[in-house]
Amino acid sequence: MIGLEHYLTVAAVLFVTGIFGIFLNRKNVIILLMSIELILLSVNINLVAFSSYLGDLAGQVFTLFVLTVAAAEAAIGLAILVCFFRNRGSIAVEDVNVMKG
Amino acid sequence: MISADLNIILPEIVLSVFAMLALVGAVYTGKDKLAPVLVWASAALFLAAALWIGTSGGGDRTAFSGMFIDDAFSRFAKVIILVSAAAVLLMSEGYMTRHKILRFEYPVLVVLAVVGMMMMVSAGDLMSLYMGLELQSLALYVVAALRRDSERSTEAGLKYFVLGALSSGLLLYGASLTYGFAGTTLFSGIIAAASEGHLSVGLLIGLVMMMSGLAFKVSAVPFHMWTPDVYEGSPTPVTAFFATAPKVAAMGLFARLLFDAFGGAVADWSQVVALLSLLSMFLGSVAAIGQRDIKRLMAYSSITHMGFALMGLASGTELGVQAMLVYMAIYVTMNVGVFAFILSMSRDGQPVTDIKALGMYSKKEPGRALAMLVLLFSLAGVPPLVGFFGKLYVLQAAYGAGLVWLAVAGVIASVIGAFYYLRIVYYMYFGEDREDALDAGGSPVLWGFLMASALIMVVGVVNLFGVEGAAAAAAATLVN
Repeated sequence: MIGLEHYLTVAAVLFVTGIFGIFLNRKNVIILLMSIELILLSVNINLVAFSSYLGDLAGQVFTLFVLTVAAAEAAIGLAILVCFFRNRGSIAVEDVNVMKG
Repeated sequence: MISADLNIILPEIVLSVFAMLALVGAVYTGKDKLAPVLVWASAALFLAAALWIGTSGGGDRTAFSGMFIDDAFSRFAKVIILVSAAAVLLMSEGYMTRHKILRFEYPVLVVLAVVGMMMMVSAGDLMSLYMGLELQSLALYVVAALRRDSERSTEAGLKYFVLGALSSGLLLYGASLTYGFAGTTLFSGIIAAASEGHLSVGLLIGLVMMMSGLAFKVSAVPFHMWTPDVYEGSPTPVTAFFATAPKVAAMGLFARLLFDAFGGAVADWSQVVALLSLLSMFLGSVAAIGQRDIKRLMAYSSITHMGFALMGLASGTELGVQAMLVYMAIYVTMNVGVFAFILSMSRDGQPVTDIKALGMYSKKEPGRALAMLVLLFSLAGVPPLVGFFGKLYVLQAAYGAGLVWLAVAGVIASVIGAFYYLRIVYYMYFGEDREDALDAGGSPVLWGFLMASALIMVVGVVNLFGVEGAAAAAAATLVN
């Protein structure tokens, strides 16, 4: 029997994978975008699992909003990335270093 | 009733319809030729909306079954947001036209970001919180990368985007846990679930993750690393915008979440906010000392100031929220003036951001140098000026709530921080006379904002222009 905790575990694993993807990845900015997507999708699993467990529809409505925003976010991220690539000629993470922060 | 609901969010609807019409209209007609008109129109609309919201009378109203709250707190924050955004738009027009970076998307994106900020400070539900935050952030990512042909600007946009999206992810994960353990997304439901004695572990984790997401947005240490790079890389008018309205909105949202949703668990979050505040004040003050670029310096300065504003929140009392609101109002006024000065720093028509270039600026432009001196003293919190009273307010609030150690740390941090502000004053008045000095003169609009801001810092000591009373009323509606 698959219960709430199984879904939450999967979501937590995906979330942590996404976070690690952002911090450990040294190669490619596209991978950062994928990691961000992974984080948002893990949240969706959480929300849908809670929604079904609680018998409350609000969580699924929330999921739809998150999906929409994730699409907009990916579009904007890729657009900025294209501009960056035109100027710099590279999308490697270690090349994002004109300013040292 | 849907018509009553729509009536409550009418200012937001007007602004967003204006943004969409402006976007479509400009695309099909003059494109960038229309940009100056759009900038003026947006600024006028902001001021009209501020007047409308400011005079719309008291009373708490909620729309969409509690998802959107219109109370004295949100009105106070909205007026600051709208007025400061209008000021920044008015300042940016001349600068951006001179440097040929004025595009019609800029005012449209600023209007959309402001609608998002107004949603944020009015949020009464995790969903409206998230939607407002994202509307604001997505617009800001794009304006940071506004200068498409510049390596720095696009890098700033990219960094802001990646870290901003990460913080939204953290916040969202926290929101999903809060929803699961409280059983509702409404703040009024969460506070009912959260005030039964101690928070459950799920709610506590949810709260902490949401707080770290919001700490990113207010650039509190240890989530501040995007701030200096984004401030330095973005075009200066955009930096001026980042330093004002979004900070107010994020602090407003922070307060709203902590008091409206977790107001029953003050003891659980107060220590975390106090720690964020302490780290921000010290790191901001210490790291700014080594900076040579005035935009980076202002980034660290804003981190320090957010630390002080968070001190008000950390006290968890009504006085604390009032102090935070007064502090933010003063901070925004000072920053508008300082950025008016930074925007007018140029040499042979090219913008300059190196603080050493200010050597003996007072000889050339005594008026401007004096106004900047007043503003820097006020930022540092030197007694007779308004900035001092802002700091005094939050220190009193922290002291009153028993956070004596935090208040003492705040005084020490502000003494350390005074050093780098005074160094700019030193360059302006006693620095070396440089061959390649800055151009004299500059646009009358920038001069006006600089002088007005400096004048407010001096005249405001009389009664702070009545901001205290409005902030007290706002705080009273939030904390109960």
